[in-house]
Amino acid sequence: MFRLLRYLKPHWKLAVLAPLLLLVEVASDLLQPMLMASIINDGVMKQDLAHVQSTGLLMIGVALVGLLGGLGCIIFASIASQNFGADLRRNIYKKVQTFSFHNLDQFKTGSLVTRLTNDVMQMQMFVQMLMRILTRAPVTALGSLILAFVISPSLAVILIIVIPVLITVLITILRKAMPLFSAVQKKLDGVNTVLLENLTGMRVVKAFVRAIYEKSRFGKANDDYRDQAIRAARMMAYLHPVMMMLLNGSIVIALWFGGNQYWNQTLPLGDLVAFINYVTHVMFSLMMTSMMLMFITRAKVSADRINEVFDTEPDIISPKTPKGKTIQGHVAFENVSFAYNASDQNAEPEWVLKEISFSAKPGETIAILGATGSGKSTLVHLISRLYDVTSGQVLIDGVNVKEMDLHELRSQIGYVLQKPILFSGTIKENIRFGRPDASDEEVEAAARAAQAHEFIAKLPDGYDTPLGQRGVNLSGGQKQRISIARALLIRPRILILDDSTSAVDLATESRIQAALKEGKEERTTILIAQRISSVLEADRILVMDEGRIVAEGNHAQLMDTSSVYQEIYRSQLGKEEISYG
Amino acid sequence: MAEQRNQRPSAVPGGPPGPGMGMPGRGPGGRNRMMAAPEKPKNIRETLARLWSYLKQQRTGLIIVFIMTIASSGLMLLGPLLIGRAIDNYIETHDVSGLLRMCIFLIGVYVAAALTTFFQSYVMAGVSQRTVWHIRTELFAKLQRLPLRFFDSKTHGELMSRTTNDVENISQVLNQSVTQFLNSIITLTGSLAVMLYLNVWLTLVTLVTIPLVVFITNQIAKTTRKHFSGQQKHLGELNGYIEETVTGQKVIKTFVHEQSSIEQFEIINDKLRKSGTKAQIFSGTIFPTLNVINNLNFALMAGVGGLLVLYNLATIGVVVSFLNYSRQFGRPINELANLFNMIQSAIAGAERVFQIMDESEEYETKEFEAEEKTRALAKPSQTVEVSEEDAIKYGKVVFDRVHFSYDGETPILKNISFEAEPGSMIALVGPTGAGKTTIVNLLTRFYEINEGRITIDGKDLKDYDKNALRSQLGIVLQDAYLFSDTIRENIRYGRLDATDEEVERAAKLANADTFIRKLPQGYDTVLTAEGNNLSEGQRQLLTIARAILAEPKILILDEATSSIDTRTEMHIQEAFANLMKNRTSFVIAHRLSTIREADMILVINNGEIIERGTHDELLEAKGFYYDLYTSQFKRAV
Repeated sequence: MFRLLRYLKPHWKLAVLAPLLLLVEVASDLLQPMLMASIINDGVMKQDLAHVQSTGLLMIGVALVGLLGGLGCIIFASIASQNFGADLRRNIYKKVQTFSFHNLDQFKTGSLVTRLTNDVMQMQMFVQMLMRILTRAPVTALGSLILAFVISPSLAVILIIVIPVLITVLITILRKAMPLFSAVQKKLDGVNTVLLENLTGMRVVKAFVRAIYEKSRFGKANDDYRDQAIRAARMMAYLHPVMMMLLNGSIVIALWFGGNQYWNQTLPLGDLVAFINYVTHVMFSLMMTSMMLMFITRAKVSADRINEVFDTEPDIISPKTPKGKTIQGHVAFENVSFAYNASDQNAEPEWVLKEISFSAKPGETIAILGATGSGKSTLVHLISRLYDVTSGQVLIDGVNVKEMDLHELRSQIGYVLQKPILFSGTIKENIRFGRPDASDEEVEAAARAAQAHEFIAKLPDGYDTPLGQRGVNLSGGQKQRISIARALLIRPRILILDDSTSAVDLATESRIQAALKEGKEERTTILIAQRISSVLEADRILVMDEGRIVAEGNHAQLMDTSSVYQEIYRSQLGKEEISYG
Repeated sequence: MAEQRNQRPSAVPGGPPGPGMGMPGRGPGGRNRMMAAPEKPKNIRETLARLWSYLKQQRTGLIIVFIMTIASSGLMLLGPLLIGRAIDNYIETHDVSGLLRMCIFLIGVYVAAALTTFFQSYVMAGVSQRTVWHIRTELFAKLQRLPLRFFDSKTHGELMSRTTNDVENISQVLNQSVTQFLNSIITLTGSLAVMLYLNVWLTLVTLVTIPLVVFITNQIAKTTRKHFSGQQKHLGELNGYIEETVTGQKVIKTFVHEQSSIEQFEIINDKLRKSGTKAQIFSGTIFPTLNVINNLNFALMAGVGGLLVLYNLATIGVVVSFLNYSRQFGRPINELANLFNMIQSAIAGAERVFQIMDESEEYETKEFEAEEKTRALAKPSQTVEVSEEDAIKYGKVVFDRVHFSYDGETPILKNISFEAEPGSMIALVGPTGAGKTTIVNLLTRFYEINEGRITIDGKDLKDYDKNALRSQLGIVLQDAYLFSDTIRENIRYGRLDATDEEVERAAKLANADTFIRKLPQGYDTVLTAEGNNLSEGQRQLLTIARAILAEPKILILDEATSSIDTRTEMHIQEAFANLMKNRTSFVIAHRLSTIREADMILVINNGEIIERGTHDELLEAKGFYYDLYTSQFKRAV
């Protein structure tokens, strides 16, 4: 956890100043009982009116100095902790930006978001606490203890005995409570899981009339959570009374021995009163500390989760001396095999691609056809090095992609992902995503090619229509078309369309295809599709099955040679259609 | 989590750790809310009355807590009084046995105080947890009875936050704040009474600082509120940005957009840093300020008290007691303001929870609820029993001039009429957004029609018991939703009493058996909520198996095969054919090959049926369908 405190380093002056100023405040608090003792002993007992007055004023002065210290501490601690939080957040965000697809798969999206938001907040609060309360409580306790000693070493012996006992009790209870609380957290996660599933899958629950079943599922999670929460809270119920008991006990003992010492003339009455006051201070500080311990454990959980992000090494990085800048678009796979779990030494690799070899020239359109899970998407991921091959190599213009600059490589590949993801912002901004300096005309041209112009123009604000939570909602097909326009705008040397027209109706799809023919000579097009109609005009079709290329050729050739292709063809057209035309 | 200084720590330090990590749509607002300007509940009285209706079921516990709180607060008040007495009456007068008696008595008081405090926390833990458990249970049951329309209007994040954050907030407040509140009030009035009893003049001096405290707290709160709403705004903005870019990280990668993402991030991050610093500083000033007032009060007490003793208007013991009381007195004032805010925000949360409970339900009858309860008690996982009159015997579905609109303004379906003969296959074709899915949503009564009539076997859909109706419809939806459970249990969802053999048979029919067996754990593979371990097509196969297992009377396939490649689809055609045999079925598909066999194809555009007939008839007609069809195939033939 303390590793993360390195982000406090740039602000170390503030971070040191804040607790120092806090010391001023604590000192002023601690001086009060001392001064009060002096009022009783030297003022009241000796009938010295002037002393009472001057000491009273001194107390006020000390309190005001304390205020300055306190305010200063707040200001510096706030600045330091907010800067710390901002720095930490920025660094995590930067780190996430370096992550490869493989890294991203390891963390779930939701969990990365929580780490960046919640966990950073927890750490930021922890740092602020560290500089304020976490310093304050122990310092107050220690200061009170020392001053108690100064007043009466013999009475302070009581505290020397009681405090270790107290700390032992405290630690014992917290040790028992801690696992209970993490169990509570787990049970709460259980409740949340059932809840979230029901919210997302409400249609399914309703369709299958499973309300009762879901209620009993939720009921179980809810019962578990309740029981666990009660157990944990009841464990904590011991903490407070036990501490109260011990410290109030010490006060009573101090009263007894203090009274005796007063009778022996070894302790002035004012000192006894001050002593009792210091014991009270110690009590409150320790209770504070016990509360803070809970905070630390919570911060630790957050810190661990953040460190997990920092400890993840991006497994795809640009080479130091990259080769090849502008690419022509020759793509070649040489004996490429790939397994997602290849980095896991203990597991048997589950091959997704096996010994894939093919090549594509600029101007060519290569289509990849195959069953669900046959490895089509994985194959195209390897071209822009979103994953690294497990064996074999992927070459672009004869250069291994691993030797190319990642930035250069990817910025020349237009990629349309299977799931169209758009960002909030206007449609124009979304299309410009890959090339922010494109002119309005270029944006429109790309949208026209993707058959998106027509519906965009119909929207109330046209290209300036905002998308996302506050903007309009587009249908799946419309999103796909915008993401195609986005890819076209960068004028890619290699265009990859990963089943990117699945939600577009057939008529629109064929228009998109027709439009894509324009400028096709300048790029290599790799197209993944489900429909035969989408691949008919491809120069070459790769038929994939279980990670292998089982057939290669154009439509006519494959119709003659590949039984798998024929089967796909029949599945889509049916016998009667073949004779129909 | 306000800094609590010179305050009694709560029974449960910090409360249970915050609600679930990794929940989407949940910003870090939860804990921070306490420091932000408190939200004001709209109708405190009513909300409190409703909260009370839950609380009162824990009456015995509450009474115990109440008594224990009064007792412990009273006993704690007694302490300083007795110490003052001990100094005045026994120490100053050298009364050894008196002091001894007093010390023993004090120990007794403190032991009693500790015991009562313990029991108070111990019992309250149960009371509060059982109460929120009850609220949570009812809320969940309520969610099950709400119509889909309700879920359309709310984001998941919003609903999650109500059921977790808001309820959790109630629980925390019940657990600590309520007893603390009671304790503070008792301590406040108690110390005031004791102080008045001890010395009127010193009491007046103490009271002087109260208006000061109230004034300063108010002033600070006022300035703070402004800065906090600024902070909340930027926090929301940043969280939104993070959520969006992390979700779209893969797009960012493919478009090499990392650098500009970081730049944009830094701008928002910096805004948050600035507004956050201001908010923290301004809200933070309250602590040293209150502390200095406490210290000033202490100084005042010591000074004035000293003078009073000098003029024989007070004894030292009284001053000592006073010094203690002034601390005890100042504490609850600071605390009350803080607690009041917390309680207020919890009530606002409760109000939001109750709002959901007041939403109108999908089921009209209250009897349903009662019946459901008894049934749930008898056998929680039992499937719906269909009564004789609700049983669908033939499956003839008739839409008679049906009109529908989601919002009452934009018509989605206009004058839809058709008849589906028992056992026939009806295909719905048309562009995205034409209203195909809406038609099946009406059949399942996810939504109620505005005009017209839908009948099954001549009986109006509205006269069917909703559960009985749905349990006889088999629906395979567009997005293959699966639960985080084993594959086996996910398929069994279709019919809870199905045996393992039946589950596997259904999987075989859906062509899912092969890939399931290839998984390391086979049917016992646990699916994750995000479903990373299966492809979209595989997930669809599972939902098909689920529907097969349900043995429905009427089958609805809403784009059920859109993510399955056609070859696999062809392999399960047989399963579909089996499934559809003797069943009226409705099929929505983009792929025309899927629907060629349909007995009737309804071509829907802009909420209207524009063409109907068999595949051949529609091709002959050379209309909309013909265009759709040939655009797919003309180049093939």
